[in-house]
Amino acid sequence: MLIFKKIFNFYYTGFKEMNIGKQLWIIILIKLFIMFAILKLFFFPNFLKSKFETDEERSDYVIEQLTNPK
Amino acid sequence: MENFDFTLIDWSRAQFALTALYHWLFVPLTLGITFILAIMETIYYKTGNPEWKKITKFWMTLFGINFAIGVATGIILEFEFGTNWSNYSWFVGDIFGAPLAIEGIMAFFMESTFIAIMFFGWNKVSKGFHLTATWLTAIGSNLSALWILVANGWMQNPIGMIFNPDTARNEMVDFWAILFSPTAINKFLHTIFSSYILAAIFVIGISAWYLLKKREVILAKKSILIASVFGLIFTIMTVFTGDESAREIATSQPMKFAAMEGMYHGSSNAPLIAAGILKDDPTVENPKKQDFFFELKIPSALSYMAFLDANAFVPGIYDLVHGNEDQEIMSYYEKIERGTVARNALSDYKLAKKSEDKILADSLRANFEDEEWMNSNFKYFGYSYFDDPHDIIPNVPISFYSFHIMVVLGGHFGILFLGMLFFSLKNKLENKRWLLWVALWTMPLAYLASESGWIIAEMGRQPWVIQDLMPTMTAVSNIDSTSVIITFWLFFAVFTALLIAEIKIMLKQIKIGPNEGGH
Repeated sequence: MLIFKKIFNFYYTGFKEMNIGKQLWIIILIKLFIMFAILKLFFFPNFLKSKFETDEERSDYVIEQLTNPK
Repeated sequence: MENFDFTLIDWSRAQFALTALYHWLFVPLTLGITFILAIMETIYYKTGNPEWKKITKFWMTLFGINFAIGVATGIILEFEFGTNWSNYSWFVGDIFGAPLAIEGIMAFFMESTFIAIMFFGWNKVSKGFHLTATWLTAIGSNLSALWILVANGWMQNPIGMIFNPDTARNEMVDFWAILFSPTAINKFLHTIFSSYILAAIFVIGISAWYLLKKREVILAKKSILIASVFGLIFTIMTVFTGDESAREIATSQPMKFAAMEGMYHGSSNAPLIAAGILKDDPTVENPKKQDFFFELKIPSALSYMAFLDANAFVPGIYDLVHGNEDQEIMSYYEKIERGTVARNALSDYKLAKKSEDKILADSLRANFEDEEWMNSNFKYFGYSYFDDPHDIIPNVPISFYSFHIMVVLGGHFGILFLGMLFFSLKNKLENKRWLLWVALWTMPLAYLASESGWIIAEMGRQPWVIQDLMPTMTAVSNIDSTSVIITFWLFFAVFTALLIAEIKIMLKQIKIGPNEGGH
């Protein structure tokens, strides 16, 4: 348990004593929010996963695309 | 060709290029400066001189800004693979997925853990442990790059896999062949070494600004000494790996090689265009001798560079399109025919399976297991989508200029490192204000050279997303181009905001300097 407490304290004091790091963490968190909560969720669905249920259907679709592109 | 939606293809390409170019503004500094930090901290560890600790901490702060702003910008590329490039993502199968998964795990465990120790561990862990964390951060970030570049290397020179016609996926059969492919190794080494140059110029440029302002003189002088030695060593290494890469490209991507040199007609004793301005862009149907407003040639150097033989024949664009029997070069017309055989076989196999014609399906499937048939036909699968050789030629001016900008600037960087080192050792740097200004203004040029390197790598291989197997136009998802256009501008806004934030925070921190600026 002591080791976990030491690791926790290491990070806790590290974050607490940050100077410019605080500003950078805000930027990182905003960036990650935009990327995962907005862009990924609303604009970047996985095309094949969202359109088809099984890998077999996905294979058939891609083969169709490759052999008879439209 | 008329079946393809080129609005969708062009915007998908533009979006990917935008994301990759912005992402690459952040990466090379991280790759290089971590090693410079490790060297500086090693000197601190060895000498115990607190000045070196101050220097290390200052550059570590700037590294931290770059890392924080740049981190995760590459994830967007993976979003794009799944949404915009689903045919490609499916077709590459586990070959692309495996290296990227290793990269993800490695980046998370190595970089994240050791970066925390680097920033939070001063005076909390032993000096030796802190130094180890700094070195491991450097090694970890570079190993992350390895996996990305292995995946990219496979796209430029696909090997170590078999194609499964049932799933339309390439399956990895030889991991080591993919990892140690000469294309991947050269690409990795050339990319990281050139990134070290960029980091060295970053350190030298900011130090030069301090000297011009007569501030932080000791920090600036010591930093310049380290960075100029570091930069000089890796300029030499970059020349060697660039030379190896050129040889590799001449063999595996001869069209890219010809476009890089603006070479329409091949020849023996081919000269290297050291510098030049293209006069026009002759077409394959109307070929002219390569024509330059101005050109600086080195006789036979291109033949030697490509094949280590000054007399060797280097094919030009015209030779590759029309073939050259004397040189045993297969024409694009023939490749189109062979690729069409492969595509028809895949199409027939699919129909035979659908109609449950087992005998026909088995005989067609046997083709895909026959190495000779695969090498004769499937190897050219991607050519089947073209009927006009024009469409298989990359943009020659972009290829030519991006390659030459990279090379010329590389020469400039080498001379700069030599000059900085020379005057640094003579302790006369402060008097050479012109050199300090040159060093300062070389900073944006380092980014220009680095981006140019990627432009030649990626634009020079067009129209291929996977060399000879999959052209860009078949790799895209069948989605509405409007959504791609909207996300293009969204990314443009997000990335520009990040870049502005990075520059502003970085400039503020540089102005504060090492004394007050902490992590």
